[in-house]
Amino acid sequence: MSDGSERPLTGDFRSDGRPLDMGEYERAGGYLAIRRALKEMSPAEVMNEVKASRLRGRGGAGFPTGLKWSFVPDGEGQDAAGPRYIIANADEMEPGAFKDRILMENNPHMLIEGLLLGAYAIGAGCAYIFLRGEYGRAAKAIERALAEAYEKNHLGKDILGSDFSLEMRLHMSAGRYMCGEETGLINSIEGKRAIPRAKPPYPQVCGFMGRPTVVNNVETLCNVPHIIRNGAEWYKGLSQKLSADGGTKIYGASGRLKRPGAWELPLGTTARELLEEHAGGMREGFGFRGLLPGGASTEFILEEHLDVRMDFDSVQSVGSRMGTGTMVVLDDRTCPVGMQLSLQKFFARESCGWCTPCREGLPWVVHMLRAIEAGEGEMEDIDLLLEQARLLAPGHTFCALAPGAAEPLGSGVKYFREDFERHIRGKRCPWKIKSL
Amino acid sequence: MLSDAERREIEEDIKAYADRKMGCVGALKIVQRHRGWVTDEALKAVADHLQMTPDELDSVATFYPLLFRRPVGRHVILICDSVSCYNVGYEDLLGYLTKRLGIGLGQTTEDGRFTLLPVACLGVCETAPAIMIDSDVHGGLEPPEKVEELLKLYE
Ligand SMILES: Cc1cc2nc3c(=O)[nH]c(=O)nc-3n(C[C@H](O)[C@H](O)[C@H](O)COP(=O)(O)O)c2cc1C
Ligand code: SF4
Ligand code: FES
Repeated sequence: MSDGSERPLTGDFRSDGRPLDMGEYERAGGYLAIRRALKEMSPAEVMNEVKASRLRGRGGAGFPTGLKWSFVPDGEGQDAAGPRYIIANADEMEPGAFKDRILMENNPHMLIEGLLLGAYAIGAGCAYIFLRGEYGRAAKAIERALAEAYEKNHLGKDILGSDFSLEMRLHMSAGRYMCGEETGLINSIEGKRAIPRAKPPYPQVCGFMGRPTVVNNVETLCNVPHIIRNGAEWYKGLSQKLSADGGTKIYGASGRLKRPGAWELPLGTTARELLEEHAGGMREGFGFRGLLPGGASTEFILEEHLDVRMDFDSVQSVGSRMGTGTMVVLDDRTCPVGMQLSLQKFFARESCGWCTPCREGLPWVVHMLRAIEAGEGEMEDIDLLLEQARLLAPGHTFCALAPGAAEPLGSGVKYFREDFERHIRGKRCPWKIKSL
Repeated sequence: MLSDAERREIEEDIKAYADRKMGCVGALKIVQRHRGWVTDEALKAVADHLQMTPDELDSVATFYPLLFRRPVGRHVILICDSVSCYNVGYEDLLGYLTKRLGIGLGQTTEDGRFTLLPVACLGVCETAPAIMIDSDVHGGLEPPEKVEELLKLYE
């Protein structure tokens, strides 16, 4: 983590894939930010530095992190009016996303330090890491890092000689996409079924146990130590003026590519550069048809859109969202109807069942897609699918799962309509003849 | 009734929490580890232990794909059917596994060795297609024959 390094989040990873231990993290400059904050900065100064850095949430929605923190009421410091909480959202169940896993498996102390700084800024005395049940390797790395941090008094009472105290716990979940929605997550950690809560009130005012609570994505939190250590100006410079927002982003790509993987790059790197340079382009014998730029719940984009800069505002200009920044590529030997069926099966199965358009609409969408894929669809089905996409759109449901399903559905039918029609006209899937 | 070992492990796990109820997912995982799945009897015992009603706890237990409310085999194979895996050979892998094991999704082999279930994205999409056996995630299963070496590890 040499200062001015262009890959602050991943530059210090060990080459053997083992997590950095306490000594290694500290030698790379780790825990300097929290030392500095506790000695020289007030909680408001930490918050203001994060605001000035223009860090935006990496969980998918891109909400400005410093602003989110500032909604926590009741004044400064841990003594003010009752407990507050901070929770790291490590549920990462968006299909196509795997960036948080990489951060936690390789550098768990960075997440711990990010939580420490966030807790200090909002006056929280208790922090949780909400981890999906399938991430066993990350769990081991985090457990060990927590033990090391307690041992060295980076956690616990009167941290590093200050009067700031923080308890931090790992909470292992047991699957289910809905747990990643922040109010569902809060219900889940309280031991309830993970349905969402109505907003407002927002969690920053009334969250875990009815107290002010900040929920941040893992990658978001991992940026914070670097911002506090090197300053907001340095952080903004990391995006090399490619984006109005600051920092680097962990991008990823999966599909029939030469080198699927994840890369930390300046925020605002183009989709084309990711696809062609970093992922090495399509595998031999496969052509490119389209991609979901930020995981399953984002709209498709096509070849003509690939020069878009992958940041929160730019991707919207081509009708999609950056989401998690991990792209899923559709190749020409995969059936777009089959891919859509896989997407909608996921959303239908993961729906918590709270709202009608989601609970009833998604199984119906799956049913129609299955029929089309099997050669039993009818032309009217295409308009029915588009109608469902409208019904699932924002404003009709409690949480963003249903709108997330609508995004690839509406755009997929629009861009690959001809392929849907070929299934219906030919009464079979044109891709299912490969063994001839 | 909970065994002494189950009770001890649950108490140890709950210590981390402000409220006993917060430990309910962890407690269900513990009984599942001991018994293979969460039986009605175990569910009731955990509910009593955590001062919850059985239906309150069941509303949690039935929510999570990694908690089994029906009997499963000695090992559970969870095959990822989400989009990155779908695009990179999921159907071939599923076809291979169902043929090799002689069971479909949701079924258990006659010898009780394997149960096969679908699961959402396992977060290793760069190595798709992927499966999880018990608590171990394995990617890179293209071509599907690669799964043979893995199956040997789970008698
Ligand atoms: C169905 C659903 C699942 C979500 N899953 C995650 C997740 O796994 N991780 C995450 O960080 N955010 C997830 N989110 C977004 C969170 O609700 C929340 O916006 C995010 O954790 C805020 O963190 P950030 O401000 O640091 O981006 C999900 C949202 C929805 C609607
Ligand atoms: S949109 Fe779907 S997942 Fe979200 S609250 Fe409604 S039913 Fe549940
Ligand atoms: S889609 Fe299968 S691991 Fe992500």
